[in-house]
Amino acid sequence: MLELFRKLFDLPPGASSFADGVDWLHLFVIGSTLLGVSVITLLALVFVIRYRQRPGDHSTPVVRVTGKREAVLVFGTLALFLLWWVLGYRQYLAMRERPAGADAVYVTAKQWMWKFSHSHGQIENDVLTVPVGRPVELIMISRDVIHSFYVPAMRVKQDVLPGRYVTLWFKPVRVGTYPIYCAEYCGVLHSGMLGEVDVLTDAQYSRWLGDAARAESLADVGRAAAVKHACLSCHTIDGQKHIGPTWSKLYGSDVTLSDGQHVVADAAYLTESMMDPAAHIVQGYAPIMPTYLGSLDSADTAAIVEYIRSLQDAPVSPSIRLPALQVAPTTSAASSQPGAP
Amino acid sequence: MTIAVEPVQTARAASASYATEQKSIRSWLLSTDHKRIGVLYFVATTFSLALGGVFALLLRIEHLTPGPTIMTALTYNRLFTLHGVTMVWLFMIPSIPATFGNFLLPIQIGATEVAFPRLNLLSFWIYVLGALVVLGAMWLGALDTGWTFYTPYSAKSPSAVVPTLIGIFIVGWSTILTGINFIVTVHTMRARGVGWMRMPLFTWALYGTSIIQVLATPVLGLSLLVVMFDHALSWGLFDPARGGDPVLYQHLFWFYSHPAVYIMILPAMGVVSEVISTFAHKNPFSYKAIVYSTLGISFVGFLTWGHHMFVAGMSAFDAGAFGVLSMLVAIFSAVKVYSWVSTLIKGSIVLATPLLYVFGFLFLFMFGGMTGVAVATMSLDVHWHDTYFVVAHFHFVMVGGTLTAWLAALHYWFPKVTGKMYSERLGTLGFALVFGGFFATFVPQFLLGNGGMPRRYYNYPAHFQTLHVASTLGSWVLASGMLLTLGYLMHALLRGPSAGANPWSSRSFEWRTSSPPPEKNFHGEPELELDAYDYTTPWQPLDSSR
Amino acid sequence: MTDAAHAAHFESAARQEHAARFGMWVFLGSELLLFAGLFALYGAGRAANPGAFREGITHATKTLGSINTAVLLVSSTSVALSVELLRRGRQKQSIAALCVTILLGIVFLALKLTEYGEHFREGISPGGAGYFFALHQAPGLALFWSLYFISTGLHAVHVCVGLVLLGLTTRRVLQGHIHSARFYTLHNAALYWHLIDLVWIFLWPLYYLS
Ligand code: HEA
Ligand code: HEA
Ligand code: HEC
Ligand code: CUA
Ligand SMILES: [Cu+2]
Repeated sequence: MLELFRKLFDLPPGASSFADGVDWLHLFVIGSTLLGVSVITLLALVFVIRYRQRPGDHSTPVVRVTGKREAVLVFGTLALFLLWWVLGYRQYLAMRERPAGADAVYVTAKQWMWKFSHSHGQIENDVLTVPVGRPVELIMISRDVIHSFYVPAMRVKQDVLPGRYVTLWFKPVRVGTYPIYCAEYCGVLHSGMLGEVDVLTDAQYSRWLGDAARAESLADVGRAAAVKHACLSCHTIDGQKHIGPTWSKLYGSDVTLSDGQHVVADAAYLTESMMDPAAHIVQGYAPIMPTYLGSLDSADTAAIVEYIRSLQDAPVSPSIRLPALQVAPTTSAASSQPGAP
Repeated sequence: MTIAVEPVQTARAASASYATEQKSIRSWLLSTDHKRIGVLYFVATTFSLALGGVFALLLRIEHLTPGPTIMTALTYNRLFTLHGVTMVWLFMIPSIPATFGNFLLPIQIGATEVAFPRLNLLSFWIYVLGALVVLGAMWLGALDTGWTFYTPYSAKSPSAVVPTLIGIFIVGWSTILTGINFIVTVHTMRARGVGWMRMPLFTWALYGTSIIQVLATPVLGLSLLVVMFDHALSWGLFDPARGGDPVLYQHLFWFYSHPAVYIMILPAMGVVSEVISTFAHKNPFSYKAIVYSTLGISFVGFLTWGHHMFVAGMSAFDAGAFGVLSMLVAIFSAVKVYSWVSTLIKGSIVLATPLLYVFGFLFLFMFGGMTGVAVATMSLDVHWHDTYFVVAHFHFVMVGGTLTAWLAALHYWFPKVTGKMYSERLGTLGFALVFGGFFATFVPQFLLGNGGMPRRYYNYPAHFQTLHVASTLGSWVLASGMLLTLGYLMHALLRGPSAGANPWSSRSFEWRTSSPPPEKNFHGEPELELDAYDYTTPWQPLDSSR
Repeated sequence: MTDAAHAAHFESAARQEHAARFGMWVFLGSELLLFAGLFALYGAGRAANPGAFREGITHATKTLGSINTAVLLVSSTSVALSVELLRRGRQKQSIAALCVTILLGIVFLALKLTEYGEHFREGISPGGAGYFFALHQAPGLALFWSLYFISTGLHAVHVCVGLVLLGLTTRRVLQGHIHSARFYTLHNAALYWHLIDLVWIFLWPLYYLS
């Protein structure tokens, strides 16, 4: 049934875990539209024929609104719309809910190409290689104007903004190659900003990983980047508090924020911490970390996140004790802020 | 009842009508007569329609092949922007209110003029000035941002962004002034006896439209102003590198532009209410329901703008709220559709050309509106956003809805404005071509959108070609229907038989004076005791009495 | 013109007056939405960059700005006074009050220009140009100042329009076209002036205080 519907209505194959649900809703929405419009059109035709003007007296009676029938009709229609909304909103929320344990891929959009940096170190242009059956999370930013990442077969789309990381996820369920389009107008070659998603079987994917593996692991690249950008002047990797929280065992942990909320330190949160540190302040720390938006590129960001992730598996024991350190408080709220132990 | 007065008026019509009273060109261009201003607007906006139509045809021709066909990518991008700008601001927004609205609003409330006639003339010339600036900007190379001018692209685009925006800014002033004029006219110029709930529904629709025009347009003006500063002086208000937020621009733009789509559809709905009543010889099924849903659309329409931004990076909560509000605003349109169809019950229906167009409207608007609700269904919009599905949705409501209603109005009031009659046979043929052509043009676009064809694409993957070719062929049929219509209406204007005062035997107020009306609209005191929709009295064809 | 004179398309002079007054109110509604857009921009900008906006305000020309607030408040009073005086038929005094209003409007503009001058001297220009922004690098500071210049600039444009309007009205009062029985034109001009004042009352705390 769904396959037939897809054929009749020109829908692409359903290649992600969202596709079936979305297409069923599509079928329901278009089906009820076609039915409702046909009924009303038929009624109108019947009226036109039944009440066509005949020779003689053309005066017409006043038809009074009875109220009940009309109310049923109107509220029935409203109920139908609200049903669409409920179903659509639930699916939408599921799309926005970020899955646990997804592979993160960093996406940089620019006029007029897509760049994908995998957490395993591979970098691809205009081709996104992913394994079947595992969720992937895309952490995306634009270098210039707004673009929109759109894979019809996955039924996903997300605008990619300059100056702000946005995320999108999907779980491919069918092996194959599916086109990526840029769906937000971005200049002369907007229609040339194409790419494709390559969904591989697990075996193919590991082979691809092997082929593309680099001499240096991504975590090493990340460490180099962290050194280069002097992150380690504020953060430690051995579990000690410093000006900023330690990176040891940070990845995947539960972080308490200054407003009492909790977040899970996944790739998107870590990315946000670097690009927009003021957005979420860790409890017990001052909001003094500078933003790295613009100075850290996506590949380095991905590498640092991978480096932080690697610190969770092999905790480094404290080698040196850090000197006690007083942070100059920038705001009065931070005056109670503890320095290093 | 009072119907006997009409033949008398007809006899006088030939000698003194608004159109013949004074003949010089100057007396037209500087006239403060709302009827003449309506006609001036008609000429200017129809010119814009033709221009926008030519742009559309070129866009369609380009899509005959997946690769380059007749133009470069840059030309294509400029053309769809100009098509959108011309159609929306130069044609559609002033089309029905400033032409038919200007002509009819005072007559429908028994007044001799709008409240501020000189302001009305000023509005017209401001419109012309703005339109000329936009045309001048086209000559400078125009702009390639899309009619939505999204930042930061619009702040960087190396094209004539600023001149075009100045033009639209100026046209906005004309919209606001017309809106103020109409609101005040409705409040203060109603003749004795024309209470609020006795006003013709077209007037109500204009009133609702004017409210939106007055309240929404300044926000457009502001957003355009800021984009101009960003482009010309690189102030970067929406530039993330300087603390600005590009998505904020989208909020401002849609805060205007969603209500603006109701500026485009409400007057069309008013036309439909009038035409259905006249040709079914029947009072509207529920006058009150139509009035209240008009006001409902005017106000709730201000709260749904976010549905254009479901994938732009809004919070899921905001998206949900905008989604449900869109469902609520849609219900008012459904109320109207139900009321129109029910008006046919027990009527005495004459299937003349205007009514044919109204049925075209009903059918296409139902699809257009329902696909609007479909794209407001958020998970579906994720797939459809910025694809041809959305393009098809809005052409169904704007072309299938408003343009069709504009054609209905044109055929319905043609005898009123000109005093002449066109050929009914050609009218039916024109309708068939427009309706068939429209269907062939835009149904394939729904399927293209389902397949994932993004909009604003110059080139496209080859597997979309069949549907694109079908759409292009359809646009030729549609254009030939429009040209035919233009042709026979011109012919009727110059050579057509005289129509008589009230060829449709309508009871609406504007038909209770001669056609074309005299300069002061009525011959003496207007006869308004009989309701505008009272068809209960025996009716005889009036013109046979001449 | 006699008291009863009115344009031919109006039923009566009272109707015409009602139309003119009501039209002004509708127009003011439209204007309010224009500034509402600016306030929305400010709100969003401030929510995203609270620190930068607070820092921006510390560089505002607070004294001049506050004097200007007082100037506008007094001018609003004087224009209201001129309406009331004319209603009572005291044409001369009414004209005097109008002249005071116009004078205050000019003072406002002069002070505003002085403020702009001081900002430029401090290296603050709209759009984040100027050495001020090299010294103070909080992101969002450029946004604050651009918004400041757009908002106060647009307001100043309105002041200019208001002054022209008041000037023309004064002339018509002098010529006797506007008088105690037919003073709604003056009333409309005064309403417009009140709107200008009102908008400033909102701009002032946003850009100078807090
Ligand atoms: C005249 C213009 C007009 C009108 C009237 C509408 C009406 C509506 N529009 Fe549309 N819309 C546009 C013009 C218009 N639109 C334009 C120009 C765009 C694109 C802009 C751009 O991006 O360039 C757009 C885009 C657009 C989007 C964004 C899509 C996207 O970009 O992803 C959405 C999303 O919610 C939307 C929703 C709606 C809704 C809910 C209505 C509702 O008001 C519709 C209400 C009508 C009905 C509901 C019909 C009544 C039906 C019946 C009575 C049948 C009953 C049948 C049954 C019960 C089965 N519109
Ligand atoms: C009122 C609005 C309106 C109208 C009427 C139309 C009419 C048409 N539009 Fe348009 N369209 C838009 C508003 C409108 N459009 C907007 C806002 C966009 C988005 C732009 C953007 O992305 O930025 C768009 C985009 C758009 C696209 C997508 C471009 C892209 O994304 O790449 C296409 C493609 O096919 C298209 C086609 C057409 C066609 C074939 C018509 C046909 O219906 C045209 C037929 C009309 C004629 C051929 C005119 C003939 C008239 C006369 C000769 C005068 C007759 C006179 C009398 C009868 C008196 N339009
Ligand atoms: C000036 C000192 C300083 C520098 C330099 C610095 N940070 Fe931070 N960082 C902090 C502080 C303080 C916090 C805690 C407050 C907060 O959340 O903003 C923090 C928080 C973080 C967090 C969130 C940690 C958690 O526990 O949730 C991450 C991730 C992070 N920084 C990464 C980096 C990276 C990567 C760099 C270098 C490219 C860097 N930081 C450079 C001071 C600094
Ligand atoms: Cu990138 Cu369109
Ligand atoms: Cu909308």
